[in-house]
This record gives sequence, C-alpha cells and structure tokens, in this order.
Amino acid sequence: MIKSLILAAGLALGFTGGAFAAGGEGKIKDVDFSFEGPFGAFDQNQLQRGLQVYTEICSACHGLRYVPIRTLSDEGGPHLPEDQVRAYAGEFFEVFDEELDDFRPAKEADNFPGSSLENAPDLSLMAKARAGYHGPYGLGINQFFKGMGGPEYIYSLLTSYTGEEKEEAGVTLYENLAFPGGWISMAPPLYGEDVEFADGHGNDLSHISQDVAAFLTWTAEPKLMARKQAGFVGVLILTILSVLLYLVNKRLWAPIKGKEH
Amino acid sequence: MAGIPHDHYEPKSGGEKWLHSRLPIVGLLYDTLMIPTPKNLNWMWIWGIILTFCLALQIITGIVLVMHYTPHVDLAFASIEHIMRNVNGGHFIRYLHMNGASLFFVAVYAHIFRGLYYGSYKAPREVTWIIGMLIYLMMMGTAFMGYVLPWGQMSFWGATVITGLFGAIPLIGEPIQTWLLGGPAVDNATLNRFFSLHYLLPFVIAGLVALHIWAFHTTGNNNPTGVEVRRTSKEDAAKDTVPFFPYFVIKDLFALAVILVVFFAIVGFMPNYLGHPDNYIEANALATPAHIVPEWYFLPFYAILRAFDGDVWVVILANWVTGGIVTAKFFGVLAMFGAIAVMALAPWLDTSSVRSGKYRPMFKWWFALLVIDFFVLMWAGAMPAEEPFSSISLIASTYWFAYFLVILPLLGVIEKPEAQPATIEEDFAAHYPKAGSAEGTAQQPAE
Repeated sequence: MIKSLILAAGLALGFTGGAFAAGGEGKIKDVDFSFEGPFGAFDQNQLQRGLQVYTEICSACHGLRYVPIRTLSDEGGPHLPEDQVRAYAGEFFEVFDEELDDFRPAKEADNFPGSSLENAPDLSLMAKARAGYHGPYGLGINQFFKGMGGPEYIYSLLTSYTGEEKEEAGVTLYENLAFPGGWISMAPPLYGEDVEFADGHGNDLSHISQDVAAFLTWTAEPKLMARKQAGFVGVLILTILSVLLYLVNKRLWAPIKGKEH
Repeated sequence: MAGIPHDHYEPKSGGEKWLHSRLPIVGLLYDTLMIPTPKNLNWMWIWGIILTFCLALQIITGIVLVMHYTPHVDLAFASIEHIMRNVNGGHFIRYLHMNGASLFFVAVYAHIFRGLYYGSYKAPREVTWIIGMLIYLMMMGTAFMGYVLPWGQMSFWGATVITGLFGAIPLIGEPIQTWLLGGPAVDNATLNRFFSLHYLLPFVIAGLVALHIWAFHTTGNNNPTGVEVRRTSKEDAAKDTVPFFPYFVIKDLFALAVILVVFFAIVGFMPNYLGHPDNYIEANALATPAHIVPEWYFLPFYAILRAFDGDVWVVILANWVTGGIVTAKFFGVLAMFGAIAVMALAPWLDTSSVRSGKYRPMFKWWFALLVIDFFVLMWAGAMPAEEPFSSISLIASTYWFAYFLVILPLLGVIEKPEAQPATIEEDFAAHYPKAGSAEGTAQQPAE
C-alpha cells in the first residue's frame, strides 16, 4: 500500500563516511525480468551467468554472508551439480575457521564470506533492501504492477554512471543517476565485456548488469519459486473452497429468504 | 443470564447427564454456537470471524517461528535469514505471519468502522465496545513489538522513535522510557522484553476476545437496522433471528475463504509489498534511515502525532497555559492517544436516539467524510514531515477530533432521523418478500 520514500541513507552514509546527506531519488529503469509476476520463474542460465559476474567482479569487495554456498545446487536457483559447487567453494573462497584459528578453503556447507571491503555493503539481501518505485504520490500503486523494483535498482545503479567524478573530504565520488543524491563512492564496477561467458552469451554492460541483478534477486529470495508455487496452490484450493461454500450458503439460506433452491 | 430467549442444551444420554451435572461445558458451547443471531446481518458482519481467524493464524505461525528465532541483537537478523533459507517451509510461515498482521489490521479497521456506522457502540453495547478498544490497543502494542524482532533498520529506528514518545511526558518521561527500554537506548534488553511481551500479549488478547464475545452474546448482536431483537417470547425472537450455526458459520466461512484467496495471492506473489525495504538491512545504531515510517496500520495515528508541531496555535496556547510543561512533542503524544480515546468514548459522545446510520440522513455524510479522513491521514503519515503534508495532516487530524467531540454530540440534537422498521422481521421481509414469516424456519436448518 503506502510506500515511504525510503532509500536507505543508512548505507549511503556507509558509502561516503558520513559526509553524505540523503538527497533526491535516483532514476530507475524498468527491466522485464523473467521472475516477475505470479508465473515468473528464475532463468537458471541467467543465475549461473550472474554468479560468474559476482564471483569474478563483485566478490572482490562485496560479500554474501547470509547465503549458504550449498544452495547453489538447489532447484529453483542456479541449480549447479553438487560436485561443481564443492569445487567452486574451495577454488574461489576462503573462510575463517574458529577451530583452526586460521583461514581455510570454503566448503559447500559454509556461507559465502562477508564483504572484504569495510564500506562495501553485504549483497545477500540487497535486491529486497531497495525499492525502485514508490509512486505515484507515495501511494505505491506502480509497485503493484512493476514489483518492488529491487533488481531494477541494482541494474540501474550499474548502468547509470555518467563518468563524472569529484573529490569530497578526501573521498572520490562518482556521479550515478540511479543513486539517491547522485554521487556514490563505488567506482564503476562494470564497463561491458568484463567477463566471458562459456556459452557465448552477450556480455555488454546491459546484459551482465541484468544477469547479476537476477542473481542477487535469487540470493535475496532463494525460495521465490517455491513460494509462488505454494501461493498458486493456496489460491487454487481456496477458490474451489469459496465456490463450494458459496453454493452451500446459497442453498442453506434459500428457505429463510423464501427462494427456490 | 439475560439474553435472547432460545432453546438450551438438554443432556439426553446417561453420560451427558453425568457430565452436565458436574461441568456444563457442552451446554456452554451449545448456547454459544446456537445463539439467536439477527437474520438481516449484512456482509460487514463477517469481520469478527476474520479477526478470530487472524488471531489463531498469528499464534500458530508465531509459535513455529519462535522455535527457530533467536532474540539477541547479534543473532536476531541472521536467525530470520536462517528461517527464510534453511527451515523447511520457513519462508512461507514467516511471510504468513508478516502479512497476517496486515490482514488482522484490515479486518479490525473494517470491524471498527462497521461499528461506528451502525451504532454498535451504543447502549447496551458500551462494554463490548470498550473491550474491543482494549483489544485494538493491545493489537497495536503486539504488532509494534513484533516488528522490532527481525532487528532490521526500521525495527530499530521505529522502536527508538516510538519509545521516545514516552520520553516526552513531563518530569517522569525519561525514567519511564529508560524503564521500558531496559537501558538508555534500544538494545539487547529492549529486544528481549519485546520478544517476551510479543509472545504474551496475544494470549491476553485471546482472553479479551472471550470477554468481547461474552458481552455481545449477553446483549445480542447489533444489526443493520439497529432495531433490537424482540425478547417478548421465544417465538417472537425466532422471527427475528436464525441460530448462528449453521447459518452464519457457513456465511462467515464463505467470506473467510474469499478473503484468504486474496491473502494467499499476496503472500505467494508479493509478500514484501506491505513492508519496508529498509527492514532487510540489519539494525545499525550509527546510520539513521532518511525516513522513519511505521507500518501502514499505524500511519493514521502517526500522522496525528506529527500534525501538532510547535507552529500550531493550540500547541502554542497549551504550552503557554501550562507554563511550558506541555511541549509540542508531548502535545503530539497526547493527540495520538487522544485520537483513540475519543473513539472509545463514542458511546457517550453520540447523543442520537437512533442507533443505525442507515436512518440518519446527515450522519451518513459526516461518517463518509470520516472514512475518507482516515485514508487521508494514512497517506499523510507516510509522507515526509514538510509542506503541504503537514497542513493536510493538521486539517485531517482536526476533523478526526471534530467528528467525535463536536459532530456526534450535535447531530443527535439537530438531525431529523428517518423512520425505522418496527422489527427485524419487517426489514428482512422488505428485502425478501417471499420469506415465510411465522413458519419458525429458524429452528430448522435446510436438509
């Protein structure tokens, strides 16, 4: 229903060391993602490509501390074979083991590591922690049709750098039309053709930004497919129940109301 | 016990008689379920059952969530993510609980406004109304504390702002605030006591619900005409009523099923629509969100709280008269609680002898304006505290108080009510001309 105009000055403050005051809202571009709408589903290939973008680029600074690595093999997610997930965990990530009192290669039972850069927010829930749309007039009606706009926010953030830079209190800020206030401390992370996909899928800026936005939607809402399915079953059963109860009710009341039944 | 005359439970077999002479529980259940209910109740009388369902839903899903939740500032947020990712079906149970709160408040507002329109608060149902208001207050407390438990940004900052309201009370405010929080600021002690109370209060609400039902089972239900069921004899009463079971049980279950279709669609397809994205960021005492906004169901009263700032003449006057004791902040707090208090006093503020708004030509329009006013306040509460929203909030808040304190008392004097039907039977027959009048159909369920 009614949406506030919240776009997390909290993390904005984190980005810029407290020098930032929340300004106007950024421009969010609408993207048609495969997982939108009641019948939308994750595109498994897109999630795998997004995982690759995350692993090769985002994970240098950002973490996914709430996401267990083993869930990469879950159905309704990237659905990678288990042996691949095991190899992936050990190859790309190290975690701190309290028993060893040292770092060791990650196992599939571990969560992804947290952010390695202090100012970089954890991305596990980012796609749910941002809303791209609020309007019109704060009523949130367009969210009803377009979704909350979290993945669109991520996509827009990655594709809305203007190339302008400025220095403020010793920190370099980059102009970004999607970011609230317009200036962000994260340097442009993607330029296009930053990664090579094994299947030869398009790797221009727009494509890889969509892929990683889709992947981060999955990390934020890994049970999206199961939830929609349960919702669908619920709606279906309750609709049938409603019809039956309507008929029972009509017949029950007919003699009271003096109607034929 | 007084009440509408009807058939009571008669134990038949030896076992039944044995139990009945020792504990008449079957008789109690029978009388409760078979209570004569006005047969002209419309679809606005379904919300009681919806509310009972909501309470049960919240308690059941809540008990399961507690099995996996950890009330500690370092672990609470992560334990919610554990529920969302690792607990079997945990994501769905949590979304049911989250959105169940919203359904609960949709239903309670519909229920309250139904009562306001049809005059359900008027004598002899004042006690039912007052207990209802207590339930509503407890619901707000429970929902507020529940929202703190995920320990997101809006949990933390909402708790900080709302407990800060108690700090506005003159002299004793700050000790009270510290006592409520268990420390100087919202921290682990706060989270733990909110968790404890969030678990306790629903059971207190359940007890109050039993009293609420007992009270209106004593007075009998109100109905759209506001005309009382005839109590002169069992036969007369039967002409105005049908037993609650099966007639209203089935009708209410049908309504519940339809509402649950919408509810499951929201839970399944857009479970975060009514929430705030900020609550998916873990609480951080060092980073204040740009706009701290409560959940939608608190917004009308939040708007009233903010409407009375230091520039409003009543506030300046109150400040001057009390020698500075009533500050703008304290005035806002008084206004917020006052807005609920005037609603609770409706039985004594409404001077009209006619119960139902259906037969009150002027009241109808003022009431419609009150409903619009409620939504305007809700919208204004979500907007930033700046013009034009401040002025809109102030005008809407003023109307809220004017409705209860000026319009309701005056209307009873100046309004000329329309003719009411003599009996419920007459009203029902006007809708259903073929309905048999004196056949005693009430006592015979179809088939």
